[in-house]
Amino acid sequence: MELLLDSLFNGVAIGSVLLVAALGLAIVFGLMGVINLAHGELMMLGAYTTYVTQLIFKLPILKPFYNSYIIVSIFLAFIVSGVVGILLEKTIIRKLYGSPLETLLATWGVSLILQQFVRSVPLAYGTGLVISLLIGLFLPTTFPSKIKESINFKYFKFSSWIFAALTGVLTGSVISSSVSKLSRASARNVDVTAPSWMRGQVEIIGTAFPKTRLMIIVITLISVIAITLFLNQSAWGMRIRAVTQNRQMSDCLGISTEKVDIITFGIGSGLAGVAGVAVSLLGSVGPNVGGNYIVGCFMVVVLGGVGNLLGTVLASFGIGIMTDLIGAGRLLSIWPDMPLPLSNTINFFATTSMARVMIFALIVIFLQFKPTGLFPQKGRMVEN
Amino acid sequence: MRISRRILAGLATASLAVTATSCGGGGTSGSFDDTVTVGILHSLSGTMAISESTLVDTEKMAIEEINAAGGVTVGGKSYKIEYIVEDGASDWPTFAEKSKKLIDQDGVPVVFGGWTSASRKAMLPVYESKDAFLYYPIQYEAQECSNNIFYTGATPNQQSEPATDFMYKRSPAAGGDFFLVGSDYVFPRTSNTITKAQVKQLGGKVVGEDYLPLGNTEVAPIISKIKKALPEGGIIINTLNGDQNVAFFKQIQDAGITPSSGYYVMNYSIAEEEISTIGPEFLEGHYGAWNYMMSIDTPASKKFAASFKKRWGADRVVADPQESAYNMVYLWKQAVEDAGTFDDNAVREALVGQTFDAPQGPVEVMPNHHLSQTVRIGEINADGGFTILEETGVVLPQAWNQKHPSSKGFACDWTDPSKGEKYKL
Repeated sequence: MELLLDSLFNGVAIGSVLLVAALGLAIVFGLMGVINLAHGELMMLGAYTTYVTQLIFKLPILKPFYNSYIIVSIFLAFIVSGVVGILLEKTIIRKLYGSPLETLLATWGVSLILQQFVRSVPLAYGTGLVISLLIGLFLPTTFPSKIKESINFKYFKFSSWIFAALTGVLTGSVISSSVSKLSRASARNVDVTAPSWMRGQVEIIGTAFPKTRLMIIVITLISVIAITLFLNQSAWGMRIRAVTQNRQMSDCLGISTEKVDIITFGIGSGLAGVAGVAVSLLGSVGPNVGGNYIVGCFMVVVLGGVGNLLGTVLASFGIGIMTDLIGAGRLLSIWPDMPLPLSNTINFFATTSMARVMIFALIVIFLQFKPTGLFPQKGRMVEN
Repeated sequence: MRISRRILAGLATASLAVTATSCGGGGTSGSFDDTVTVGILHSLSGTMAISESTLVDTEKMAIEEINAAGGVTVGGKSYKIEYIVEDGASDWPTFAEKSKKLIDQDGVPVVFGGWTSASRKAMLPVYESKDAFLYYPIQYEAQECSNNIFYTGATPNQQSEPATDFMYKRSPAAGGDFFLVGSDYVFPRTSNTITKAQVKQLGGKVVGEDYLPLGNTEVAPIISKIKKALPEGGIIINTLNGDQNVAFFKQIQDAGITPSSGYYVMNYSIAEEEISTIGPEFLEGHYGAWNYMMSIDTPASKKFAASFKKRWGADRVVADPQESAYNMVYLWKQAVEDAGTFDDNAVREALVGQTFDAPQGPVEVMPNHHLSQTVRIGEINADGGFTILEETGVVLPQAWNQKHPSSKGFACDWTDPSKGEKYKL
């Protein structure tokens, strides 16, 4: 019983890391069909946001709230990655809708740029830049419609960008002068330390579970529930689904597809940021952190069936449980006296690297029989 | 014969001087007669940049120190050392390509470079075919002995063997079972083969081993295996690489695999630099084995640490790979001065037998192109350094490991033409 519980927990823990990482991609790639190779780097930005938040919360003014920095950083990471995602959509991806190969190459280039960016720009000024982007992109949308419609709107827009740039530089230099660790660029990997209440383990029904893993499971659950509710219950969610199903028709019916694209991409990117917070709890934070997950993310989305959230959820937990079953050699403990050739085979695959080989092989075989994944989209529009 | 060699060397230095000026490496300063340009080849971008850039810093510092002390004196002329830094970009074919460039185009007499075994294996054929010379500063799995490479890092018998011995006989987990964890590439696999043979000799038991694919940070299956194989605690030998250590130590601590519950991890790839990245709170009470540790309390060690901090910033640390890199620049300088020429073949002959009062203590170049070194076992403390527990005497390097089944009974000697790369003892 304990073994089963342990195995199930491990599988769910591994799966939830995959799921939280793949969730954003399920939206961007699944719903919009954009092959975003910079998804991993948006995760990386989320992880760095956690690191920056952690350091800022060590400042004397915020020190009393230090324990809650991880919660704050989830929201901040969503915003930071979301804003960068929106910028990416507005400048690059929008021009490439319908040309997957070009999107793939362009986003790969963006991923390299982002990696080198965190290596060579001090994080304090990186933060300042994100704040500038945030203000520059959103301030003009808050103006009353009277101004928006006026002929001089572009001047207002321009001046708000100047204001944004100034604020960005100001915050950058304030952070840089108050947190010395953020004032220099470094290619070195950095470390996020979970607050004390998240370290160690909790006992549930006689088995000890690491708290960080539980936290990641909770983050994943909340993200999945929130995104499902948003897509199925809100007006914008309905518009997103409408555009996904039939872009021309939605356009004719008065849905601003441009806005829908921005929102969808922004949310997908924001979720990547949240995933970044989760993975920063497990390992170190470095420019390459996202690249390690990108293959896994695409694998999950393809296996689950492109365009289907439920498929993504099941695929990640499936892969997680399989990884644990094969990688930790669980079958041997469940069935200790199996025939020798079989137990030798299982032992051979019971290392982390061989388990990965095995899982990839199984997925390839599965996709031979069901090329569209676990839950393929049905209907006439799929072929287009 | 002798004369022609001198003329050759003269021509070589002349061409070097031309390259040095044509590359804009700065003219000779007033107090030097000439300049010599050496190559530095490490990754400055990509995954390995974090580690390898520290070597570039150290090598630059060593060169600056030598220049400040009057440069290299060859044949009565003083040479200022200039350097060309090339980026291997964490990409192994790039290392080979840049080596070719440094040797053919820049005409450098020596290249200091490399970190990963993969990069060394990629560069080796280049140096052998061009009969050039590479100085390689990292502790590695050995099982290699090239006439064209000089290895200043530890071989397994200068690091893992004394460490395994310590863990099995004198650590708090003495007599316990072993679990081996490593990244999935040549160093951990070879190192663990040696450890397994040694544990067997000692009468201990290896109850499990697992390898994490490079770049993968999902250690949950490994943790369940450790818990299953070592339910009451034991010895874990860790050869994980770089970032994977962070994931490993964060997660084993959360899973209750800590020194206080009887699990002791011996690390072969965690030095002061890595401790500060991972965070001492995750590592305190575990062990490391190195030739150099920053906490060595000798004037040479303190001077090395102090000058590095002075040159590159007070928050920087020095560690074993950097010490090896520092030593190799000085050993090259000594060998060149003894040989009286920059010519590779003469320098290679003069190199064997060179001694240097290194930060770790005296080291000597052995006929197998490796260094004799002192081995230290340290416990990681809360300040992010090592508390040195044990120190061996000088340990001679074994290029061919005597515990590995494939190389038992073999050795390497480049001073004797009849012996060479691999001969039977």
